[in-house]
Amino acid sequence: MPALLELEEAYSRIRRDPEFKKELAGLLKDYVGRPSPLYFARHLTEALGGPKVYLKREDLNHTGAHKINNTLGQGLLAQRMGKKRVIAETGAGQHGVATATVAALLGMECDIYMGTEDIRRQRLNVIRMKLLGARVIPVESGSCTLKDAMNEAIRDWVTNVRHTHYVIGSVAGPHPYPRLVRDFQSVIGQETRAQMRQQEGRLPDCLVACVGGGSNAMGLFYPFLKDQVRFIGVEAAGHGIDSGHHSATLVAGEVGVLHGACSYLLQDPWGNIREAHSLAPGLDYPGVGPEHSYFKETGRAQYVAINDQEALEGFKLLSRTEGILPALESAHAVAYVQKAAGEFKPGELVVINLSGRGDKDVEAVAELVEAQ
Amino acid sequence: MKKINAMFKRLAARNEKALIPYITAGDPDLDTTRGLVLEMARRGADLIELGIPFSDPLADGPTIQAACQRALRQEVNLPKIIDLVRALRRETDIPLVLMGYYNPILSYGLDRLARDAAQAGVNGFIIPDLPGEEARDWHRAACDAGVAPIFLAAPTSGPSRIRKIGALTRGFLYYVSVTGITGARAGLPEDLKTALAEVRTLIKCPLAVGFGISTPEQVRDLAPLVDGVVVGSAIVQRLACRTDAAVVREIGDFVAELKAPLR
Repeated sequence: MPALLELEEAYSRIRRDPEFKKELAGLLKDYVGRPSPLYFARHLTEALGGPKVYLKREDLNHTGAHKINNTLGQGLLAQRMGKKRVIAETGAGQHGVATATVAALLGMECDIYMGTEDIRRQRLNVIRMKLLGARVIPVESGSCTLKDAMNEAIRDWVTNVRHTHYVIGSVAGPHPYPRLVRDFQSVIGQETRAQMRQQEGRLPDCLVACVGGGSNAMGLFYPFLKDQVRFIGVEAAGHGIDSGHHSATLVAGEVGVLHGACSYLLQDPWGNIREAHSLAPGLDYPGVGPEHSYFKETGRAQYVAINDQEALEGFKLLSRTEGILPALESAHAVAYVQKAAGEFKPGELVVINLSGRGDKDVEAVAELVEAQ
Repeated sequence: MKKINAMFKRLAARNEKALIPYITAGDPDLDTTRGLVLEMARRGADLIELGIPFSDPLADGPTIQAACQRALRQEVNLPKIIDLVRALRRETDIPLVLMGYYNPILSYGLDRLARDAAQAGVNGFIIPDLPGEEARDWHRAACDAGVAPIFLAAPTSGPSRIRKIGALTRGFLYYVSVTGITGARAGLPEDLKTALAEVRTLIKCPLAVGFGISTPEQVRDLAPLVDGVVVGSAIVQRLACRTDAAVVREIGDFVAELKAPLR
């Protein structure tokens, strides 16, 4: 708790510091490569025959996903707080890579917790983290995936809190993390606003993003909070909601408390946390950011679920129509628009957040396609 | 709640300190837990903490994580633990405190749990992932039902928070000896004694220390500074993967060894 209070205090002070803002903006531009393009996906639009689809190209960021927006912000924050070491949990490995990258850039020690199941599924990202100078610590407890990695990271943090900053990768966990991560990811929505105005002369009608913990979705949604823009968050239905093997926390979970936040959770009748499942490791989390739960309760956003097979179809569709391999996580958002294309009015402007690139998933997808 | 207060008063009058052993309920099964509680009560325990197994025990090290997993495989849950306490109350009067994470407690329902637990004979709850700042509803529910909401303070808490926690907690204040998780350690932090002496000046309620305390020597070392000492992982470790009848007596022997320096 004192560590969280310290972080909250430091963040509320540092976020207004002009030097901090300048350094972050400079690195986002020259190091990450922002602004990321808002690309009109002409061929995908033609193939779907419904809405006019734009892709927010977070996959083109340095390290290949939206995660770096947050790790850069938190890295600079940690540096100003005098922390010498950063730790992180990772599922798909994207957040781990983004944290290891920033640690290398800022000269900080870095340990990444990763479930052994994810280490197996995301071999390439493990190699990348090691090349960047991070230690990858395998987590063998529980389901050996993201939630267990987060448990271990929290245990490390409470042990080494005096000199270590915990870089949470999503809008989840205890306050102030959901807010901090939302703020650092909001650059996605801010750019999208300006880019859409420039390209179409108006705001989009609908924003679609995948939701595991929910940081890429929140980053896209939040700057449109007060606008007449629909938000659709796409969760992972895994083998199907009825199978019980899914990660659809908002669609099929109940309210509870995990990792210091009150939010929707996958849990059994006694309040134990259930294992989540998705072929996309970055969605494999039995909780979700508390602000998404709030959006669900108020009706501000709609949450839907796409199963493994549909996500794979979305992956193939985008690869073939646009020549873009999406991350399996982002493929869920593509698959939703594919599935629901008929429900959009023709010409409606839809933005899909292409939160990451699919290079990391190529082996897994090839295996799945062959198996079929 | 009253039972805990009375226990500390009784011991203080004899210049004695409380031994507070922890075991995870249902590890390896509920029958053994029942036997262990009775044995530990006979051999010198003054208050017993029963862990509620949870899928994600964030404040616990590998020993208690594994105990939780073993208990969960036996499908142990809060209603079964409350039944166990009800059964134990026919055989022992020792103060019993449940230690568990917030989500199972929330899922049961705060008011309903506090009432059911009090009725069964539970005397208090320790919820390591519920900070005082977020505990208003639970504090009221527990106090209304007469079970003690026991709060923890850590080396990073700082004097002003420790004062607040001291005012909020009932029964005793649980001081966490280390910044970190549960689990036996070879050595305790060098500044622990200074810290305990300072905590003592900040609070009025009894003070117990736990996390990482595993030997009679460590217990002896800390005894003068506190009203009670919690030993958890060192007991759970001795219990791990044992199903033979001798284990209950062996744990009893260990409890007696731990209690000796507290008399």
